[in-house]
Amino acid sequence: MKQKIRIGCGAGFSGDRLEPALVLAEKGELDYLVLECLAERTIALAQKRKLQDPSKGYDPLLERRIGLLLPTLVKNNVCLITNMGAANPVEGARKIISIAQQQGIKIKVAAVTGDDVLINTSPDDPALETGKPLSQSGELVSANAYMGIEGILTALERKVDIIITGRVADPSLFLAPMIHAFGWHTDNYDLLGKGTVIGHLLECAGHITGGYFADPVKKPVDDMAHLGHPFADVFPDGSAVISKVAGTGGIINLQTAKEQLLYEVINPHEYFTPDVIADFTTVQLKEIGHNQVKVTGGTGKVKPQTYKVSVGYKAFYLGEGEIAYAGPSALERAQLAGEIIYTRLKDLYTDIRIDYLGNNAIHRTNFGHESVPYEIRLRVAAKASNEAAAALVGEELEALYTNGPAGGGGVRKMTNEVIGIVSTLIDRDKIRPIVSFFES
Amino acid sequence: MKLYEIAHSRAGDKGNTLTLSLIPYQETDYPMLCSVVTAEAVQKHLAEIVSGEVVRYELPNIHSLLFVCQQALLGGVTTSLAVDTHGKTLSYALLAMEIEVTKE
Repeated sequence: MKQKIRIGCGAGFSGDRLEPALVLAEKGELDYLVLECLAERTIALAQKRKLQDPSKGYDPLLERRIGLLLPTLVKNNVCLITNMGAANPVEGARKIISIAQQQGIKIKVAAVTGDDVLINTSPDDPALETGKPLSQSGELVSANAYMGIEGILTALERKVDIIITGRVADPSLFLAPMIHAFGWHTDNYDLLGKGTVIGHLLECAGHITGGYFADPVKKPVDDMAHLGHPFADVFPDGSAVISKVAGTGGIINLQTAKEQLLYEVINPHEYFTPDVIADFTTVQLKEIGHNQVKVTGGTGKVKPQTYKVSVGYKAFYLGEGEIAYAGPSALERAQLAGEIIYTRLKDLYTDIRIDYLGNNAIHRTNFGHESVPYEIRLRVAAKASNEAAAALVGEELEALYTNGPAGGGGVRKMTNEVIGIVSTLIDRDKIRPIVSFFES
Repeated sequence: MKLYEIAHSRAGDKGNTLTLSLIPYQETDYPMLCSVVTAEAVQKHLAEIVSGEVVRYELPNIHSLLFVCQQALLGGVTTSLAVDTHGKTLSYALLAMEIEVTKE
C-alpha cells in the first residue's frame, strides 16, 4: 500500500484557465490530476450540442486542455481524472485517443457512463424543490444522476492513463484515487468522509489558493496574475496537506481553506454525496508552513440510498438590453428610460426586470446608500416564450436612441434560450456505471 | 462598524438557496460574532434580498458561521432575471451589515 498520494486540481469549472493545470503536471510531482469542469447547467447545454451533433456533447475545451497537457502527463506518469465527458464521455474518449494518435503517444483511456437517466425519468416524478411534477417546469431535455466513485474505481483498477466521466459528484473524482491507492473499504464511511472533505477543498481549484478570495483592502494576495492551482498530499489515515507549486502566485492559509470548506454547503453536519454523508463540523485545519494547510478530522455516515438527478428543461427565451447615461441627471434620465420601456413592454411579458447598474442592481438593493452616480446603465431583462419576443427587449432599448431621453448611448442587446434545472431522486439500483476502454 | 472590518465571507448557491460563510480574521472574535450576528439579525439585514428562512450553523471547529438563506436568488441561478444570477456578489452584502461591538 502507498503511504502518500498527491492529487492536483487543475480546473474548477468548465471555463477555467488552462495554464495552471500545465504547471501542476510539469512541476507538481503529481500522482493524479483532476479537472472538474461540469456545473449543473453545463451538462444540459452539452446535451443540446449532442442532439445537434451526436459526435459532440463533451466539454468544448476538451481538445485544448488535452492537447496542451497530454505530453506532460505521459512523460511524468500522471493519471488524469476528469468529468469533461459531460453529455458524451465515449465521444470525449475517442477525441482524446485521436489527439494522442496525432501526437504519437500511446495511452489507455476509460470512459465512465451511466449517469444519463432521461429515459428512466418520468415527467410525473416530483421535483425536489417544489414537490410538483417535473413536467410543470417545462419540456425535459436532460436528466443526469450524480454518480459516485464506482465507475472511476473500475477504471483505476485497469491502470488507464485518463478517466473521462459524465456527471459524477465533484468530490468523488478525488475520493476514488484515495480509495484505490490506500485500499480503503467503501463502507468505511469515516475515511470516505475525510476523503470527501479533501475533495471538496480541492474541487474549485483556485478557490483555495486565493482565487475568488483576494480583496486588496482586507485580503491582499500576491501575484494573482500567475495564480497557482492546488494539490493535496493525502495519507492513508485520511489526513492531507494542501499546498501548491513553489513560485506560483496566490496563497494557501487558514482563511482560504475555511472559505472553501463552507462553499456551497447547505448543512455542514450532513454533506450529501453518492458515496457518503460527510460531517464538516469535525474538520480541523492548521497552517503548518508557508502555503501549507493540514487537514485532519471530518467524519461520515452511510451513503444515501438514492442518487440526486439534475433535470434540464426548456425554461424560456431571455431577452436583455442595456443603455448608458452619464453626466448631470444621469440617474434621472436612466429612470425615465426605464419607465418608458416598462410602459412599452409590460403587457407583453409575465416577468420583466428593470435594473440601474451603478445604483442598486447587483445586490437588488443598496441598503439606503443613495448617492448621485456620475454614470449609470439601464438594464432590462424579460422572459419570453419565443426568440422574436425576446429580441423585442433589445430592440426597444435600441429605439431609445430616437424615442427616449437625451444622451443615451452604448446599447447592448442579446437573446438566449434558457435551460432551467430542477432536481429529483432516483433509486440506487436503477443506475449502473458503465466503463468502456480505448487505446491509441 | 461593518462586519467587513473584522470578518470575510464567500457566497455559494444551490438552486434558489444562498449560502454565506462568515469567518472572523481573529479567531478570538468568534464568540462575539455568535452573539451579535444571529440568524434573525441577518434575516433583517437581507430583508430586501432573501424572502425565505435564514438558518445559522455554528462551526466552532473552524471558528466560523454559515448562513443558509432560502428563496434568495429570484428563482435560482438557471432561471433568475437578476444581473448576478448566482448571487455570487452577496457575500459583500452580508459584510455591509453594521454591528455594534464593545471592544475591551
